[in-house]
Amino acid sequence: MARSINHIANAGPLPDFRNFGILLRIVLIVNGIALLAALLQVPTLREWPAQFTENAALVEPLLILSLLVLAAAGDTLRRLPYAMAIVAIVAIELALTAALHFVTSGLFFFEAHSLPRWLCVVALATGMLLGYFDLRGRALSPALAEARLQALQARIRPHFLFNSINAVLSLVRQEPRRAEAALEDLAGLFRALMADNRKLTPISQEIELCRQYLELEQLRLGERLQVEWHTENMPPDALVPPLALQPLLENAVYHGIEPAETPGVVSINIHVARDRLHVVLRNPYRLTGDHHVGNKMALANIRERLQLHFDVAAELTTQVGENTFEVRMVMPYLKAE
Amino acid sequence: MTAAPRRVLIVDDEAPARSRMRDLLADVNAELPVVVAGEAANGRDALLIAEVGDVDVALLDVRMPGMDGIEVARHLQQLAAPPAVIFTTAYDAYAIQAFELHVIDYLLKPIKASRLQEALSRVEQKTGLNPKILRSMQQAPRSCLSVGERGRVHLIPLEEILFLRAELKYITVCTAAREFLIEESLVQLEEEFAERFVRVHRNCLVACAAIRGFERVGAESGEGPWQVVLAGLEERIPVSRRQQHIVREFAR
Repeated sequence: MARSINHIANAGPLPDFRNFGILLRIVLIVNGIALLAALLQVPTLREWPAQFTENAALVEPLLILSLLVLAAAGDTLRRLPYAMAIVAIVAIELALTAALHFVTSGLFFFEAHSLPRWLCVVALATGMLLGYFDLRGRALSPALAEARLQALQARIRPHFLFNSINAVLSLVRQEPRRAEAALEDLAGLFRALMADNRKLTPISQEIELCRQYLELEQLRLGERLQVEWHTENMPPDALVPPLALQPLLENAVYHGIEPAETPGVVSINIHVARDRLHVVLRNPYRLTGDHHVGNKMALANIRERLQLHFDVAAELTTQVGENTFEVRMVMPYLKAE
Repeated sequence: MTAAPRRVLIVDDEAPARSRMRDLLADVNAELPVVVAGEAANGRDALLIAEVGDVDVALLDVRMPGMDGIEVARHLQQLAAPPAVIFTTAYDAYAIQAFELHVIDYLLKPIKASRLQEALSRVEQKTGLNPKILRSMQQAPRSCLSVGERGRVHLIPLEEILFLRAELKYITVCTAAREFLIEESLVQLEEEFAERFVRVHRNCLVACAAIRGFERVGAESGEGPWQVVLAGLEERIPVSRRQQHIVREFAR
C-alpha cells in the first residue's frame, strides 16, 4: 500500500512528530515564547538573557519530554480521529506538566510555580502549535495538489517520445515482436506519468518504470548506452516520490550518453544508510564550452517534490566532476505498509 | 520528371532511425525514383560518402554526437557540387524555429512517406545553403574546420590547430603537420571558439592548450617584447603590446 502524502510530514491533519522539520519548528516556537515571556518579566533589557535562561530551564525539560512521548505515540495518535488526537495530545501535555511539576517542586532550587497557571499556559501553547500546524498543512495543500501537476512537468521529453516512436516504427515491419514489447514499455511509462502522483510509491515500482524507460532508450542507442544497477543493499519496500528517479535517468541519457561519440555507463546506486535512503546516479559528462542548463528544470522539480513530501529531511545534491556528473538524493527511509 | 533516380544519403546516429528512413525511401520509390547512395552514423562518415558517392540529397539528423547536422551541412558546402540538404529532427524547438525563419526544408520524426516524397521532389529547385544562415544556426562550436581540396572536404579537428592568423582575405590555419587557407572571419572564429583560443595579436589567435611559454625578445622587433612558444612549432608568434596582459594571465 502506498502511503498518501497527506499522511506524512507536515501535510496531514496531524503533524508527524518524527519529522525533523516539525521538531525544529516546535523547538523554535516554544523557545520563542519563552524568550518573549522573559521580555515581559524583566524590568530592564539587561536582565533579559538571564531571565530567558531561567525560563528555558523550566521549559526545556517539558519540551524534550513532550517531543519524546509524542514521537513514541505518533502512530497511535495518527490512528485516532483528528479531534480525538488533539484532545489526547493536550491531555498528554497537561499530564506531563503536572508530573514534572511534582518532581521538580521537590527540588529545592525551583520555586513552586502555580500549577494551575502552568497548566493553562501549556494548554494554550499546545493548542496554538497544533493550530499553526493545521494552518500550515492547509496552506501547503494546494501545493500538494500541484505535486501531481509538477510530476507531469517533470515529464518525458518530447525529444524522447518522438525518437522512441520513430524507433518503434522502424521495428514494425522487420521485428514486429520487438515493436510490441517497445509499445508496451511506452504504455507503461505513460501510465505512470498519468497516475495520481501524490502518493509515495515503493522504490521497486519506480525501478520497474526506469527499466521500461531504459529498454526504450536501448532500442535507439544500442550499445552506446550501458547501465549498471547497484541495488544489492536496497530495500524494495522503501517509499519514494513517484517519478523521482526516471527523470534523473532521462537527464543522464540526454546529457551524458546521447552527445557522446563513445559508449558510456550510467550507474545507479541505491542503498540505506543510517535509516536514510540514498539514491546516487552517475553519468559521463564532458565539460565543454556549451553549458546546457536544460537539466536544471528536472532537478528543481524533483527537489521541490522531495521537499513537499519530506520537508527538510530530504535533499538532492549534484556534483560535477571532471568527466562525470553525479546526482545524490537522500530521504528518510519509509517502509511501505 | 527526370529518369535518373535521386541519390540519397541517410545520416543519423540512431540505427533504427536509419532503418526507418530506408523503409520510407523504398515506399517513396514507387512514385519518385530514389536510390540510397549511402548511410552514415556520424558526420565524418557522411562527408566521406558525399565526397565519392555522387549524392544528390543528404538527409541530415540535426542532433548527433560529435558533429551535429548543421555542422555537417556547413562542411558539405566545401564540395564542388554540394548535395541538397534536408534536415530531420524529432524535436528541437530551436532548430525548427531557425528552419522556419530561413525557409530551410526539414522533416519531423516520425516522418510520413508522403511528406518525405514532397520534400525530395522539391529538391530540384534547390540551390546550395547559405553559409551565413548555417553559421547563425550553429548552437555549439564546431568540432572541425574544413577546407575544400580537389573536390574533397578536408576536416581540420579543432584540437590539432595551433594558431589561426588573418592574412588579407584568408585565414591561415596552422597545425603541426601543415597549413590551410580558409575563408572565414577571425572575429567570428574568436567568438565561436572563445574557450579554446586566445588572441595574442590583432591578426592572430593561438590555441591555449598549445602554449608552452613566452619568450622575451629585443624591443627592436617593433612588436611587444614577448613571443609565444607553441608546442611542436619552430615559429614564434609575436604578442602585441595591447595583448601583453595575457602573458601575465597565462603565468598564473
